[in-house]
Amino acid sequence: MKTVTVRYFAMFREHAGVDEETLSIDVETAADVFRATRERHGSAEPSGHCKVAINDVMADWDSPVGDGDTVLLFPPVAGG
Amino acid sequence: MIEMTTSDIHPDDLRKKLFDPGAGAYCGFEGWIRNENEGHEVRRLEYEAYEPLARSEGEAILAEARERFPHLQAHCVHRTGMLEIGECAVWVGVSAPHRDEAFLACRYIIDQLKVRLPIWKKEYYADGHSGWVNCERCAKSA
Repeated sequence: MKTVTVRYFAMFREHAGVDEETLSIDVETAADVFRATRERHGSAEPSGHCKVAINDVMADWDSPVGDGDTVLLFPPVAGG
Repeated sequence: MIEMTTSDIHPDDLRKKLFDPGAGAYCGFEGWIRNENEGHEVRRLEYEAYEPLARSEGEAILAEARERFPHLQAHCVHRTGMLEIGECAVWVGVSAPHRDEAFLACRYIIDQLKVRLPIWKKEYYADGHSGWVNCERCAKSA
């Protein structure tokens, strides 16, 4: 198990009802974190439309997540 | 550089940042708030950004543009918060020796900003509903 802080933005924040939460979860990658939070909060968004960052650096879904990391989950972006 | 702001964007002031004795061309793009999207009457838009990464990713895009187009000057400003119809949400300005590079660089920057920056917009509709743009699938599961 790892202690991971997850930060939610825009639609994900509305789904989760919180800006961030710290979870004890059995994860290896950013994709694992996304799946765990999706099950927790009932979102159906496929990860292919979303982006992820770990500790304020843009990451890939197969990037490893370590104990104490902060994972930022970005729903589909719409700047401009 | 890229700026994130909650204040009005003033393109006439911003373009002065791009004056360069070697520049023969300036190209600017303004993105405005429109009153319609996909058949819905839109009353206003709210932008949310994760600014630390919006800035770093924006700077990366500007650096890529400078690498592709030598002697380019480039600047960008993006709004956050609540915007009304007709307001300028994003401004991109570039100057370059010739017009071809100016047009292409401006287009490159705005296209990349739209798909890479962690920025989201929520539309508020005339019928009282609201929705996150590009998040229709999320909305269906809410």
